[in-house]
Amino acid sequence: MSETETVYVPVEKIGIRRRASASIAVIGNPNSGKSTLFNRLTGLRQTTGNYPGVTVEKHSGIAQLDSSALELVDLPGIYCLGGFSVDERIAVDVILGRMDETPRPDGLLVVLDATHLYQGLYLLQQLMEMQLPTVVALTMTDAATASGIDISIEVLQRHLGGMPICPVVATSGRGLDDLKAALEHIAEGTAPAIPESWPELSSTADQLMQEVGGSLQRIDVIQALIHPDSRRAAILEERIGSQDIRAVRDSLFGDEPPQAAEARHRYRWVREVMHEAQTQAPLLERFGAKTLRWFNRPWPATLVFFAIMALVFQAVFSWATPLMDAIDAGASGLSTLIAGLLPANALSSFLTDGVIAGVGSVIVFLPQILILFLFIILLEDSGYLARAAFLMDRVMRGVGLSGQSVIPMLSSFACAVPAIMATRVIPNRRDRIATILAAPFMTCSARLPVYALLIAAFVPDRSLGWLNLQGLVLLGLYLLGIIGGLATAWIMKRSALRGPKPQFALALPEFRWPNPQTVLIKLMDRARIFLRRAGTVIFTVAIIVWALAYFPRSAEVQISRDNAVTQAQTTWSGAELELQLQRIDNQAAADQLEQSFLGRAGRFVAPVFRPLGWDWRVSAAVIAGFPAREVVVAVMGTIYAVGEEAEEASLAGKLRSATWPDGRPIFTLPMVLGLLLFYAWCLQCAATIAVIRRETNSWRWPAFAWSYMTVIGYSGALLIYQLGTAYAS
Amino acid sequence: MTLRELRPGQYARIEHVDARQPGVVRLMVLGLIEGVEVRHANSAIGGDPMEVSVYGTAISIRKQQADCFRISPLSSNE
Repeated sequence: MSETETVYVPVEKIGIRRRASASIAVIGNPNSGKSTLFNRLTGLRQTTGNYPGVTVEKHSGIAQLDSSALELVDLPGIYCLGGFSVDERIAVDVILGRMDETPRPDGLLVVLDATHLYQGLYLLQQLMEMQLPTVVALTMTDAATASGIDISIEVLQRHLGGMPICPVVATSGRGLDDLKAALEHIAEGTAPAIPESWPELSSTADQLMQEVGGSLQRIDVIQALIHPDSRRAAILEERIGSQDIRAVRDSLFGDEPPQAAEARHRYRWVREVMHEAQTQAPLLERFGAKTLRWFNRPWPATLVFFAIMALVFQAVFSWATPLMDAIDAGASGLSTLIAGLLPANALSSFLTDGVIAGVGSVIVFLPQILILFLFIILLEDSGYLARAAFLMDRVMRGVGLSGQSVIPMLSSFACAVPAIMATRVIPNRRDRIATILAAPFMTCSARLPVYALLIAAFVPDRSLGWLNLQGLVLLGLYLLGIIGGLATAWIMKRSALRGPKPQFALALPEFRWPNPQTVLIKLMDRARIFLRRAGTVIFTVAIIVWALAYFPRSAEVQISRDNAVTQAQTTWSGAELELQLQRIDNQAAADQLEQSFLGRAGRFVAPVFRPLGWDWRVSAAVIAGFPAREVVVAVMGTIYAVGEEAEEASLAGKLRSATWPDGRPIFTLPMVLGLLLFYAWCLQCAATIAVIRRETNSWRWPAFAWSYMTVIGYSGALLIYQLGTAYAS
Repeated sequence: MTLRELRPGQYARIEHVDARQPGVVRLMVLGLIEGVEVRHANSAIGGDPMEVSVYGTAISIRKQQADCFRISPLSSNE
């Protein structure tokens, strides 16, 4: 070793080290109370980031102890180090210090759920192969006692190589001081002795480690043997020879998957430990348990599921409406105020129609999105998400997905953004992407204003028996969305995303009251992601659309407007003058828009949309709507010279009287139905595109989704218009 | 007899697991292995998937996978 060695330490690592004496990874089964404990230990001293190259979030925080501070890294909840899912691979990589920008942990805090010791001990046993100092937090001890489970800490400790075991109730904070005291000394501790559950594997691993000369750790060798497709396996095979490794695998695992043999050996040990350490008292049935069980039966449980979903939708649509109206009113009030203070020029238009309208269009969706996020988090944290997946699995199997796609799919009826973020619970990547591609088809709340306008204007208000034609068309549009989404999932699962059938092995947690602090932290996290990722995109795009619609300004239009105003002032007075001035301004705005970049673009692409029966105005409105579909109504208002905040009835009247140069009406029934179908299927939402980009970690899927949905939206509208027109003539 | 045929509320012991069928390993990792006692706790409409409980944990299993678990029913004493 050279004597003068310079060691470069990244500055940010010194920063962490100065505050925290050691880094500890927090790991446990899903629903083991791990996040609640993590939040208890770190409070609000948390940071959320991303692991490089994957979409899993990295949560870390500082736990303040009596004499020192620890950095805690919260890992995703897993059942084994199996590498079935991204979460599991990340957990292994973090613990082994293979993740960039995440230092190798100095110890492990393993969270064991006292009511589910069986699966917990399985993971713990795998973790012990890592040979890191470990402290166990035994959570849910109150729930265990209530269900007659008695666990002997001493016996458990004896089986676990003497590692500290601290019973805690994370919700009330009981036992937290003992846990902190144990954590204080974790870095000085030694790794517990590995239990002898599978002597053949242990001796083989030891032997192979000697052969490769210490360049691989023990856990690397074990993982390489059990996962033949892993990177570690490739390294091991290269060093030892793939022939020899295959022979080793054959003798250890026979002709079955290695993980099956592993499960048999490790669970044999788990059962022995449980037999000695845990007693289960026969339970007296608690009051109400019978009723509760009845609600778990297939039909009642399914009805309860639909009732819960109905409540969620009720909340998203009706609770959010007053808030959204208030934001709308606030934004337009502010616009009016600024417009009154500034002369009517580019700056004033930029501030009112660009900035305020842009910010407004981001935050106007916040109430709805936050309420939807809140419900999704409550469903997750109460354990109901898994129950819903279980109940709806059979339905989703029809299109090649599993029950885990149900909540994302249903959420996208309100907004695709939270829905796409909720697909993270789907462990299978192919299923997850198929769900992400299907979600934007569902009729979201931003489509409703466009539907309402066009249906009210062009679909006759006629009753068919006890059904109303307008209602029927709206129902048809919802069905079109569902059909489009499910068909997409079905086709994708049979083509680009074909793979082995999704496996549906899911632990169904008991109902649990969500912890308010944990829910709040998660909600803030997701709101931040929405504002940062989707918000910036929506805002940028709003500014671009504003600029396209504003520039260039025509002096001629301005002059003829001023002339018209002068003339009006000499001809009319009082209320009539006001009316005429409004009309002149609306006409001027329409004329300016016509010769703006947006208007020119509308004329430029009009030939493309001509076969759909659209003129340049509709084309321009549709182009303006690609970033965010809800602006279409406002653009149509301007373009048809009724003002952007016109009453729906006056805009509808204008649309009805719009004609081609030869006098034929533009908005015929086939054209309107085609336009509606275009809206039902087209991906006109920059926020959704940004979120798909974030969740799939590439531009490939958002680009595909956008092109695919635009093509089928266009084709559908073309088909309806051409067939409808041919039939009518 | 396989796990698929277990009636709601009945108990059984797993005698053999056919680990080579797709999706079975994931269930073994959750603890459904030879020798453990299971109970058919519940099911979705139509009986598929079924909810099986092992050591107090409820696990959702599709019928296709349930066929890979050979069981012997236990006389329930309830």
